Amino acid sequence: MSAESPSVRTYSLVFVALLILAALTTGIAYVDLGTFNTVVALAIAVIKMCLVGLFFMHLSSSHGLARIVVLAGFFWLALMVSFTLADVFTRSWISPPGP
Amino acid sequence: MSESAATNPLAAPPAHRASPALHHQFEELEQQYDASNFGMWVFLATEVMFFGGLFTAYIIYRSIYYPGFVAGSHGLEGDFGAAMTFILLASSFTMALSVHAAREGKRAMLVVLLLLTIFLGIAFLGIKFTEYGHKWHEQMVPGLNFNPSVEALRGAPGNAVELFMCFYFFMTGLHALHMIIGIGLLSVMTILAWRGKIRRDNYDRIEVSGLYWHFVDIIWIYLFPLLYLVGGRYK
Repeated sequence: MSAESPSVRTYSLVFVALLILAALTTGIAYVDLGTFNTVVALAIAVIKMCLVGLFFMHLSSSHGLARIVVLAGFFWLALMVSFTLADVFTRSWISPPGP
Repeated sequence: MSESAATNPLAAPPAHRASPALHHQFEELEQQYDASNFGMWVFLATEVMFFGGLFTAYIIYRSIYYPGFVAGSHGLEGDFGAAMTFILLASSFTMALSVHAAREGKRAMLVVLLLLTIFLGIAFLGIKFTEYGHKWHEQMVPGLNFNPSVEALRGAPGNAVELFMCFYFFMTGLHALHMIIGIGLLSVMTILAWRGKIRRDNYDRIEVSGLYWHFVDIIWIYLFPLLYLVGGRYK
């Protein structure tokens, strides 16, 4: 079993942080940042995911095996996304041979 | 005890079974807890790929048909999206506290917190299906009644908006299906906890149910900005 798990106080602080970040995501959408609107929104989503993963899902106190599985999940996702995008966005580079 | 029995662990059962919660294939409770935790994490890694296909397709079509995605996103109710985000975060909080109560062996607290989590999950689905109803009324459901007004298209090509609505319904629909499964799972856990079947030595089933619930929350953390906030809301 995990050595020590977060206290109720830690859970509450994480929850408050998540609520503030969610409010921030919604608020920033009303400010014109151009393409950075998406970047900021996704950056906040990554921070929220890390908070949920580390504290609510106990990755901060669990041992290595669970973390390896998480990294493997993201690695496969990165493979799928990068190879698919590499295919789609380079199709126009080479025109098919024709008469 | 003979010497062969001492060297062969399969020859004789362990001298004592520490807990009735310990299944026969495990040496000790800690090993059993780690095994169930590991199993749920591996399942969640496959779930990342399950949703990942939709996210990959979303990235590609959003970059090709960006104006249609902005128009479709602006047609969604941002307040609904924000409300659902807050409700789901709150349900993750009560779920984390449920696991804490189970670990401490507080039965009444566990039942109350699980019921609260289920209630928040149902509230989320209530808003979600209300929004689906609005989309049906606005004739924005691809394949079934896609015939939006000119204002709803906001100058974008109709088929691009229809593609966005496809992603909207498939991504939120798959997420809602996971919510329904999660609510079913937590209902079973609530009944078990109510009957006093959840003890400090077998609370791992609450822990892994929590992992699943938090994973579904994380998916929504990404769906909210990707579906409701495309191109900002400042226009």
